[in-house]
Amino acid sequence: MRGLKFIIAGILFGIVMSKSEAISWFRIQEMFRFQSFHMYGIIGTAVVLGVIITYVIKKYKLRDYQGNPITFTPKEMSVPRYLIGGTIFGLGWALTGACPGPMFVNIGFQYWSILIAVVGAIAGTYLYGAIKDRLPH
Amino acid sequence: MLEFLSQPWPWYTSGIVIAFVMVLLLFFGKSFGVSANLRTICSACGAGKNVKFFDFDWRSQTWNLLFLVGAILGGFIASEFLSTGEVVQISQATIQDLSALGISAPDDLQPEEIFSLEAAFTLKGFLILLLGGFAIGFGARYAGGCTSGHAISGLSNLQLPSLIAVIGFFIGGLITTWILLPLIF
Repeated sequence: MRGLKFIIAGILFGIVMSKSEAISWFRIQEMFRFQSFHMYGIIGTAVVLGVIITYVIKKYKLRDYQGNPITFTPKEMSVPRYLIGGTIFGLGWALTGACPGPMFVNIGFQYWSILIAVVGAIAGTYLYGAIKDRLPH
Repeated sequence: MLEFLSQPWPWYTSGIVIAFVMVLLLFFGKSFGVSANLRTICSACGAGKNVKFFDFDWRSQTWNLLFLVGAILGGFIASEFLSTGEVVQISQATIQDLSALGISAPDDLQPEEIFSLEAAFTLKGFLILLLGGFAIGFGARYAGGCTSGHAISGLSNLQLPSLIAVIGFFIGGLITTWILLPLIF
């Protein structure tokens, strides 16, 4: 089954987000209060390794498992789009204590009330799609 | 071994595994970004009929939905087989700050005052989760990505747009933490 590898990658992600407590509302509060290194350590380690790996992939023009070159599509430059969109995202992130990945991991962890946030997130995505041409980008 | 895995994992293991997941997806010819799934879900539900933004071949994104299914399974495995019901080990300072707001010290991973079913079905609890989720969905698409797409994949590629987005994440998070939460609680 070709899809199995993505499920396995997701399982790995779900377990590690749970076990490092990154799905906890309390950990996100602690981060936004600058009272612990924990979340910064998680994101920082991932980014430092990610920078090295991305550099190596580009430098040695590594290919994926099907032999296609691994490419990175740069995001179009703009300030308002990322700043305003990011700020709205951050408002919700600190409120629910879960960004989109952990939101779904929390379902598996059986914090059922997070489903309300998932419904909200889908509705928010829909509204963006409906009014995007009227927003500054 | 199971006992060892059942303890909370230190931050560096998490950082290493997240980077590994990112590489794994690159090696599979994809890129790591969770919030794109929300758009795919809208599209799969037929939103493309009314809104152009959702009119795309969502089946090409099935791999990412499968990743999401895996993430849910991962949470389930962690809670059922790798958990001893431990209490999240946040700092004493955070516990004190939150108790001043009326949020009691953790007795698992999530605060009773928001996540218990009793709280989630009060008007306040319901709106916190619904509007919080709404802002996440709206903001993630507006910014073109969330924590995984911008903070991990984007910063790893040293993209300026991702840095601006992450700065935005923090502006929003700090506003909620320091201004909104004291007003709400």
